[in-house]
Amino acid sequence: MVLKIFFPQCCNRADSGLLVGRWLSGHDSAVVLAVIHYPFIPGQVKQYIQQIQARSGVELSVLGSWSLPKEGQEGMESFLRDLSTIFPQKRWLQINRELGKTGFNCQVLSRDQNGRVIPREIKKKADKIDGERKVMLSQLHPIENGLSDPTTDPTSELRQMFRSVALSQPLFFLDRYDDGPLKSTHWQSEGREASIIVELLKHSTLPLCVLIRWLLSIWTWICDIRVFSLSPLRFLSSKLSTCVQLSYRTEHMRTVSSQKPAAGHTEFMRKANMVVSVLLDVALGMLLMWWLYKDNHISMLANTLVPAADHVAKELEELLQWLMGAPAGLKMNRALDQVLGRFFLYHIHLWISYIHLMSPFIEGILWYGGLSACFGLTFALSLLSDMVALLTFHIYCFYVYGARLYCLKIYGLSSLWRLFRGKKWNVLRQRVDSCSYDLDQLFIGTLLFTVLLFLLPTTALYYLVFTLLRLVVVLFQGVLHLSVDFINSFPLFAVALRITRSYRLAEGVKFKVLCEEPGTALHLLMEINPLKSSTVVQLYRTPTYSCYPKDSWAALAKKLFVGELIYPWRHKTTKTD
Amino acid sequence: MMEDETFTDISGKAISLSCQDHSSLCKEFVVSVPKVSIGKVMVYTCCVWLLAYAVFFFTENTAVLSSAIFITLVGMMLHIHFVKVDHETLLFIGSLGIQLSSSYASGRETTTFIEMGKIKDIVINEAIYMHQIIYYLCVLLKDPSEPNAVARVVPLFQSSKPRLNCLVKVYKSCQEILSKC
Repeated sequence: MVLKIFFPQCCNRADSGLLVGRWLSGHDSAVVLAVIHYPFIPGQVKQYIQQIQARSGVELSVLGSWSLPKEGQEGMESFLRDLSTIFPQKRWLQINRELGKTGFNCQVLSRDQNGRVIPREIKKKADKIDGERKVMLSQLHPIENGLSDPTTDPTSELRQMFRSVALSQPLFFLDRYDDGPLKSTHWQSEGREASIIVELLKHSTLPLCVLIRWLLSIWTWICDIRVFSLSPLRFLSSKLSTCVQLSYRTEHMRTVSSQKPAAGHTEFMRKANMVVSVLLDVALGMLLMWWLYKDNHISMLANTLVPAADHVAKELEELLQWLMGAPAGLKMNRALDQVLGRFFLYHIHLWISYIHLMSPFIEGILWYGGLSACFGLTFALSLLSDMVALLTFHIYCFYVYGARLYCLKIYGLSSLWRLFRGKKWNVLRQRVDSCSYDLDQLFIGTLLFTVLLFLLPTTALYYLVFTLLRLVVVLFQGVLHLSVDFINSFPLFAVALRITRSYRLAEGVKFKVLCEEPGTALHLLMEINPLKSSTVVQLYRTPTYSCYPKDSWAALAKKLFVGELIYPWRHKTTKTD
Repeated sequence: MMEDETFTDISGKAISLSCQDHSSLCKEFVVSVPKVSIGKVMVYTCCVWLLAYAVFFFTENTAVLSSAIFITLVGMMLHIHFVKVDHETLLFIGSLGIQLSSSYASGRETTTFIEMGKIKDIVINEAIYMHQIIYYLCVLLKDPSEPNAVARVVPLFQSSKPRLNCLVKVYKSCQEILSKC
């Protein structure tokens, strides 16, 4: 029979006394939580244990006796054996260690039905828990996916052990230096782990939460005004990333400032991550603001913006002139070329006039827009992304025109090609069927086919150029959105916790063999095995409305080839996800 | 009791297995892979730097040289920290569980502990990979919902990949302990 004892490292040097702990049900193992020293009154010990059991809910009992005989304390063996009669248990452990040796000698006395004592010396293992406080403060994470609910695996030995240590907080209030009737040694004898900053923060959260809730209620009242729920405004606000980010942060603050305290470990980590992310955001935003407003950077930016827009427009005009000529040596269809080129040139002219109209206001807009960075860097980035989208609206329009034209041409060509071969698309059966056409149908169809085919290079070239431009803009916006998303969702608190207090996020335990003297029990050291950093990030990522590519690369390429309009980034909202 | 015999891995490189009996219920097996050879390191470094010199000869840009040095150093550090496994250990503690740990050339150790309650059995499995048949030792984990099904298979010694004779030794000792508890 193999018995396993989980023994805290701090009790290794404790004076002789009684072992108090818990037998783990279902396994042949026990967890030692504290050692109560001599002298004691057995009645008081029993009373104390009952009190602790009532307060903590852990089934404590006296496990046995521990003896580390100092000089002048021989003859304890018989005294210790007599103790087993005072505390009647089914199994009585006797662990003793001599100074200078690391091995433990363990004996188990078990009582059979008649109450007779049968001493048995068995080979068993004593697992020393390294830093029992780490076990108490750590949170055991299930390693496999799918076992995230602790109630589905209550029989796991390690989980039971962790729970017993974590719940037996009231046991650790007494110390061996206390003047009461009982003196005990446990992990907190060497000092508690606490921090002034943490305590101060805990006290200050309540008034802060009340303040945030009040501010949020005002904001929601403003948002609920009827004017803002008109349909075009609603559509606009769902497209502008600034409004999306605003709603997202409001949701965050609502979670953080809710009245109920965090229900479990995951809830607490989520709230903490949100708070840290908001703080980081605001700090970075303040930094950006300081950089913008010192040395008159705003007017510099405003002064370069209009010339930059002019420059882009001039480049586009040159591009169009190039396309209207003989681009890359290709011979375009003159008439179509001129029509498309002039159409797009007129658009650019309109746009430039609009920009020049707006130029006196640019500096003001930038100045007030820069103020939004005080809410956080994410707002400044979203504002930038929106401004870029507005300023490159003409490129978006060109892309849509080019794409639609090209798409129509491709569909027309494919349909007429089928007619050319004598086939038809059967909509009912969703397949290509043969069909007999009349002569005039064939004649007109072939004519149109030839016309469209020879006009294809021109349209294709315009489409290619404007799609590339649009993709450049989309790429830039995508980078901005990705960085906003990163700031929103990265669990900085969890990563910092993993780096500084890695034992709080435990994936499991690891063992090391300490001593194997023959004749003594096998001695192992158990340490907490912290979670891997990548798992921490994956587990504690705040779910966001992140931008994921809607299609895979193959689907995207196909859409580009056929001429369908692409919306490469899709916003996932947290509600529908 | 310590033993050291030379075995080979599936591609023919020499590895060594060391078994340690801590008690009748606790055994430790360490499979060590040969270390990074100096010759290979020098060959790679020389190739990279020759290439960098060739590029520098054409472009006359010293940034190429410094970036080549930087890339070589960073690449070597990443290799010994994340890729090169020094030895893999299997610590079998009867009635408590199995601990698998890999330690890398830079000293980093990754450990996994599987409790005895979750372990169904330890077996040697065959895998057919292209033209080879590879034997590997693996731990079968129980499925909590179904008592007879296997939820997961955890392969052991994945980086050192010892051959069948080495695996059989480990397997026999593990089965001895499993049968006792």
